[in-house]
Amino acid sequence: MTVTEERPAAEVGHARRRKEDARLITGRTMWTDNITLPGMLHLAILRSPMAHARIATIDVGPARELPGVIAAFSGRDLAEDMASLPCAWPVTEDMVHPDHLPLAVDEVRHTGEAVAVVAARDRASALDGLEAIEVDYDELPVVLDMEAALADGADLVHADKGTNKSFTWVFDSAEAGSGGNVADALDGAEVKLSRRYVQQRLIPAYMEPRSVVVDPTGDVFTVWSATQIPHILRLMIAMTTGTPEHKVRVVAPDVGGGFGGKLQVTPEELIAFHVARRIGKPVKHTETRSESMQATHHGRDQIQFIDLTARRDGTVTGLNVRLLANMGAYLGLVTPGVPILGAFMYNAIYKIPAYRFECTGVFTNTAWTDAYRGAGRPEATYAIERIVDELAAELGLDPMEVRRKNWINHDEFPFTTVAGLTYDSGNYEAATDKATQLFGYDELRREQAARRESGDLVQLGIGISTYTEMCGLAPSRVLGALRYGAGGWESATVRVLPTGKVEVVTGTSPHGQGHETAWSQIVADQLGVPFEDVEVLHGDTRTSVRGLDTYGSRSLAVGGTALVKACQKVIKNAKRIAAHMLEASEDDLEFADGTWRVRGTPDAGKTIAECALAVFTSHDLPDGIEPNLDADATHDPENFSFPHGTHLCAAEVDTETGWVNIRKYAAVDDVGRVINPLIVEGQVHGGIAQGVAQALFEEAVYDESGNLMTGTFVDYTVPSAADLPAFDTDRTETPATGHPLGAKGVGEAGTIASTPAVVNAVVDALRPLGVNDVRMPCTPERVWQAIQEARR
Amino acid sequence: MIPTSFDYTRPSTVDEAVSTLRAAGEDAKILAGGQSLIPVLRLRLAAPSTLIDLGGISDLVGIRSDGDSLVIGAMTSHAEVAASDLVRQHAPMVAEAAQSIGDPQVRHMGTFGGSLSHADPAGDLPSVALALDAAMVVAGPEGRREVAAGDFFTDHFTTVLGADEILVEVRVPKLAGWGMRYVKFNRVAQAWAIVGVAAAVRRDNGGIAEARVALTNMGPTPIRARGVEQALAGADADLDALRAACETAAEGASPSSDVTASAEYRGHLAKVLSRRAVAAAAGL
Ligand SMILES: Cc1cc2nc3c(=O)[nH]c(=O)nc-3n(C[C@H](O)[C@H](O)[C@H](O)COP(=O)(O)OP(=O)(O)OC[C@H]3O[C@@H](n4cnc5c(N)ncnc54)[C@H](O)[C@@H]3O)c2cc1C
Repeated sequence: MTVTEERPAAEVGHARRRKEDARLITGRTMWTDNITLPGMLHLAILRSPMAHARIATIDVGPARELPGVIAAFSGRDLAEDMASLPCAWPVTEDMVHPDHLPLAVDEVRHTGEAVAVVAARDRASALDGLEAIEVDYDELPVVLDMEAALADGADLVHADKGTNKSFTWVFDSAEAGSGGNVADALDGAEVKLSRRYVQQRLIPAYMEPRSVVVDPTGDVFTVWSATQIPHILRLMIAMTTGTPEHKVRVVAPDVGGGFGGKLQVTPEELIAFHVARRIGKPVKHTETRSESMQATHHGRDQIQFIDLTARRDGTVTGLNVRLLANMGAYLGLVTPGVPILGAFMYNAIYKIPAYRFECTGVFTNTAWTDAYRGAGRPEATYAIERIVDELAAELGLDPMEVRRKNWINHDEFPFTTVAGLTYDSGNYEAATDKATQLFGYDELRREQAARRESGDLVQLGIGISTYTEMCGLAPSRVLGALRYGAGGWESATVRVLPTGKVEVVTGTSPHGQGHETAWSQIVADQLGVPFEDVEVLHGDTRTSVRGLDTYGSRSLAVGGTALVKACQKVIKNAKRIAAHMLEASEDDLEFADGTWRVRGTPDAGKTIAECALAVFTSHDLPDGIEPNLDADATHDPENFSFPHGTHLCAAEVDTETGWVNIRKYAAVDDVGRVINPLIVEGQVHGGIAQGVAQALFEEAVYDESGNLMTGTFVDYTVPSAADLPAFDTDRTETPATGHPLGAKGVGEAGTIASTPAVVNAVVDALRPLGVNDVRMPCTPERVWQAIQEARR
Repeated sequence: MIPTSFDYTRPSTVDEAVSTLRAAGEDAKILAGGQSLIPVLRLRLAAPSTLIDLGGISDLVGIRSDGDSLVIGAMTSHAEVAASDLVRQHAPMVAEAAQSIGDPQVRHMGTFGGSLSHADPAGDLPSVALALDAAMVVAGPEGRREVAAGDFFTDHFTTVLGADEILVEVRVPKLAGWGMRYVKFNRVAQAWAIVGVAAAVRRDNGGIAEARVALTNMGPTPIRARGVEQALAGADADLDALRAACETAAEGASPSSDVTASAEYRGHLAKVLSRRAVAAAAGL
């Protein structure tokens, strides 16, 4: 055997350091707030201190008098220009959908709602301008509590709508034909558990505050925004401002985190647009952190009523979910759809014969909610994983045994669930076995028993979360059936330059995930070019013409597949040219390691680069051929992908103070085939941290008049590395079957998995004391209170 | 956000600072590390006409030993205090408390004197100064005076410092033969204390001879838990005795209820943490 050439090592699977990190970490890049244009003005936005009030009078005149101030507008001043911000997901036909203007005109409905804007030569003058604006508010009754909001005679957030209810959406497995009737399960249940869980409100605390620059000079409006969704934003700006779509260009330059918080068409973006259009000058608005806490959309905020029925041996027979989902004061881009995504996940990895889900969306005088890492799925996973633990406790069984008894076995895939989804692949046994070993499950159970025995002041609890999620959003037909306003496809373009370097354009819009690295690795393997020779372009609707952006763990599963398809087309385009140059028949060629070779004569071959140069010169091409290798591809997935895994948490709880210390955390995730283990590891770590944050640390709190009490990082306690344990992570790999990459998605998995693991651990620690729930976040005080109440 | 505009001066001596402060009148403010003042200015909750930056006065920085006292300059950063061998040797609890403040950036900018002058009820250093019976050296137009820590803090964010006075240094008695410990209970690592306890204990013949216990965030000012101190004097050095003695820790305190914790929970923590701080200080 002769080895003519070293086979290039595969890039896919290689733990490459991320190529974008040097510029992101040093900040030597184009963040939106770094953009300065000639003549650019700075905006400051006046926000309502009231949760619900009529704007009696508003006078921006005094602001206009100040030095440096160029213009000031109230909502009334811009009323004719403005249209309602979009909600793209009317989940039911009769959904109540109030208008949401970028600047409030007559009424404000949550603290932090924008009421006026000042444009000035510098930021300080703009802020001085805000202080000069005079507003008189007539207070209106404030509605904060969802259950109170739905009661008869409740005060109304939108008086003209006559109700605080936006919609009720129902899924019933009996009606859908995917399972039995829950009423029957409830009637004949040997065991029935009913629980009420509260998903507290969270604030997406992305590192880079939102920022927008609008340039109205020239032939098109150019909008730079720290957004996750430049393509959707462009469309929505066109649709809500009457600007022809081809006259709007949106650029998401480097964006510093989003977590769903930047999956929005924001009031600030539209305010900036309207001001820029009015005054004909470029403007910039960058929010302060305190503005962000008040005025970005929030996440979660649901009350879950869960009934689980089972036989005494632990076999689950039915699941009934009733949900109240806080919409806040308005509906954002996908607000109503967030809890509905959860509808498909309550049954999780279990074979549940009957299932019903009902969700009511409720208006309150709070910041509107919308997507936040996991969006609907963490809430669902939390509820089911918590109540399965309660079932185990009720029956005196090990919670792991109850899970094993009910989950889908690896030889049962593909499996159509009671919620109507078909899980293509998975192996819960393998992930769980690996996780229990990594964790030292049996040993920790022994320690727990010893501490219980001795009445140790510090008790040990073990929390399990065997989660799955649906990601790779999304098959367009499914989205259509759910009444979402757009599709779920994704696109990619591959261009081979004359020197053999490759430019890739993706329609996804990374904001910290490392797409440039992963996409380069895929292209390197596909086309046989060095990793360094690939440049990945994104975020500018002029370069990335088609795309549906980044959220829902979709970029790799959907956008990566489009990329593979585009590479395949390039390879195919090169084939005829290679055959021509090699003076061989196309039928005799085979492609490997970036080279078309004549079968049987391995020395004769033409690389993609050589074909690209041939195309560039076009001196000697086959007759009638189009001189071009480049290709576009669009992929619309047939199905979602279903990552899963087993997370185990050991928590020590100081029963005197309520302090929770995570002693050990083991996570085994199955995210399908891994393109870059380092990126996966990063996503898992960050995801777990964010889920632990919900379990133990974070909560947005309004006081009784609707003021946000947690408006700074002093009170909204985002944990840092110092508050988190080391995570023990490992993986199993059952490839996704729906596409060639086999990747399932990892962006949300950690967040979905970890919250119930941690809370289950806390409750498990306290069960001997009579505690069977602690409301999130399990702060020391809440844990202490739960112990006090159990003792009473 | 951006503060409203103000004048800025950077004197190079204490005398110059005092006279500038006096001349600038009521609206002037001292700027030390800026870790409390700048956030207030940025939120436009205060709008001083002049900021007098003490950062140019090298005399105010440093830690020295002076007979029975340790002298800490007002402009010494928390990081320097935490790392100081002198402090660790003679008043280890001061280093512990300084190390527990905020994050590394805050500890490198924020100052010892700034913390005490700012008198935040949740600040860690005031209760430590109180437990150690430190003395504040204050410079004003009439010269210098010393104020005992027990007299220094008068209300939340309020001290006896006159509008034209500057805290220049703090004299911390060296407590030879005492054990001490600062215990801080907070939600996340860089958060303020929900409750903190500064305890110093002198042991004698196996028992506890003398103890001082001061509480953080159990009222508008740091307070001494006198009942606990009395109960500890002469008590056995065992956990049951400590538990009994610390039952009164919250008596006379007036903790607030806020989004981080209820008054009831703070009262409970004061007891548990007092016991733990005293136990640690007593080497139990
Ligand atoms: C994120 C963050 C976290 C923090 N966490 C904690 C914590 O956990 N525990 C804690 O104790 N502190 C904490 N702090 C506050 C920190 O300790 C500050 O350094 C301190 O409160 C003020 O010190 P400074 O030097 O920054 O003073 P400045 O902010 O400059 O001044 C504060 C006030 O004191 C006055 N002043 C300052 N120096 C003098 C002087 N020598 N004489 C007279 N008046 C003076 C000023 O006029 C001003 O009114 C935190 C701060 C931040 C930003």
